[in-house]
Amino acid sequence: MTGMPEQSLALEASGLGKRYGSTWALRDCGLSIPEGHVVALVGPNGSGKTTLLHLAVGLATPTTGRVRVQGGLDAGSLEALECVAFVAQDTALYPSLSVADMLHLARNLNTGFDSARAEARIAELDIPPTRKVGKLSGGQRAQVALTLALAKRPRQLILDEPLSSLDPLARHDFMAALMTAVAEDGISVIFSSHVVAELERVCDYLVVLASGQVQVAGEVDDLLTSHQLYTGPAAQADRLAATLPVVRDRRAEAQAHLLVRTSGRRTEVPTGWETHQVGLEEMVLAYLRAPAASALPGPRELIGKGARP
Amino acid sequence: MTIDKPISGDEGSPIEFRLDPGSGVPTYLQLVQQVEHALRLGFLQPGDRLPKVKEVVAGLAINPNTVLKAYRELERKGLAVGRPGQGTFVDGTLGTTPLREQQALRRALTAWMRSADQAGLDEDGMVALFTNALHDFRKTTGTTGGSEVIAS
Repeated sequence: MTGMPEQSLALEASGLGKRYGSTWALRDCGLSIPEGHVVALVGPNGSGKTTLLHLAVGLATPTTGRVRVQGGLDAGSLEALECVAFVAQDTALYPSLSVADMLHLARNLNTGFDSARAEARIAELDIPPTRKVGKLSGGQRAQVALTLALAKRPRQLILDEPLSSLDPLARHDFMAALMTAVAEDGISVIFSSHVVAELERVCDYLVVLASGQVQVAGEVDDLLTSHQLYTGPAAQADRLAATLPVVRDRRAEAQAHLLVRTSGRRTEVPTGWETHQVGLEEMVLAYLRAPAASALPGPRELIGKGARP
Repeated sequence: MTIDKPISGDEGSPIEFRLDPGSGVPTYLQLVQQVEHALRLGFLQPGDRLPKVKEVVAGLAINPNTVLKAYRELERKGLAVGRPGQGTFVDGTLGTTPLREQQALRRALTAWMRSADQAGLDEDGMVALFTNALHDFRKTTGTTGGSEVIAS
């Protein structure tokens, strides 16, 4: 249920592209993500996730198109920088500084930096302020980076692979802290991740990138209700695949599993076939394995008629 | 259908949520079911406060919208009521009348299991069939707006 008014966009990209030398890292990217979501950005290595995030925070400039954040502010503009916080992949902190000095530095580099809040969080996390950042555990470092970003009191938080180097417990604690910030401040969050399995509990909006293009974009609830797994006799699979947009087609001698995008249309299930709901992980993996299929909002219907590997 | 000890006393609310990531049941529905379960077992009484959204989010590392969705669903079922600025409180019971119905339903289910058994279905087969049917049922009677109905 998403009945809230969603006039303002957290991220808006049109015709967005970025070329490094002769290689397009991102190409013709169109997105309009409403405010108030927790967005997961998923895709294989080299699919353009980091490029997209860097464009969104102004660390890179587009080769084509444009990207705006937080209700139409140009990415990288002063207004945008004030209300968007970014946590980079390597949690760019100075390892030789103490935690307290890191806070001091961040206070001087940002307008409207809430030191009291940052210090309270560090205390809550039991991180000694005198400890050098380089001596912290990966989980603590990530928490410090998150603390600095939240102390800016941003409207939007963008994180590049925040979970990648964390153990399961640190990952859980980090996500708990992030979700608490969402609950308390109502911020929008966009984060990229490799950890597909844990997305379902956290994100309510999904963007899948493949080879520099947006493959899937939409609210998780909508995506899940518009996909079904059809299981039935392999002999009839061709006939079924001809009538429905198939994301992924797995067949053995006797049995076939077709992951179908039903788009909420009324679909007759042929006799001998049964349908199953799919989970987010299963759906994401299917798309990652079938780069030709796509699920995008709006009039663009890029799905092949029964795209088969 | 795992019955875990759902509860341990925390200052504010008599119950605490847990998640079973492998169950395939959507997160918000797991929360709804745990409240219903706690009501049936008497861990929750009318007037009790449900865990605050922030507490649930901090404990389970889940999206706050998921908790809100679960609480809205509980309100829709008439089991809870939200009081602005205070939280969500239990406002109904799943006890007395439904219990008799429950027994009748249970008898029907047992009868179904007997015929499934006769048809050669083992325990796992029954669970699979039931879960599958439940999924479809939820979909057709779905609480997600109801705009899409998949005929099956």
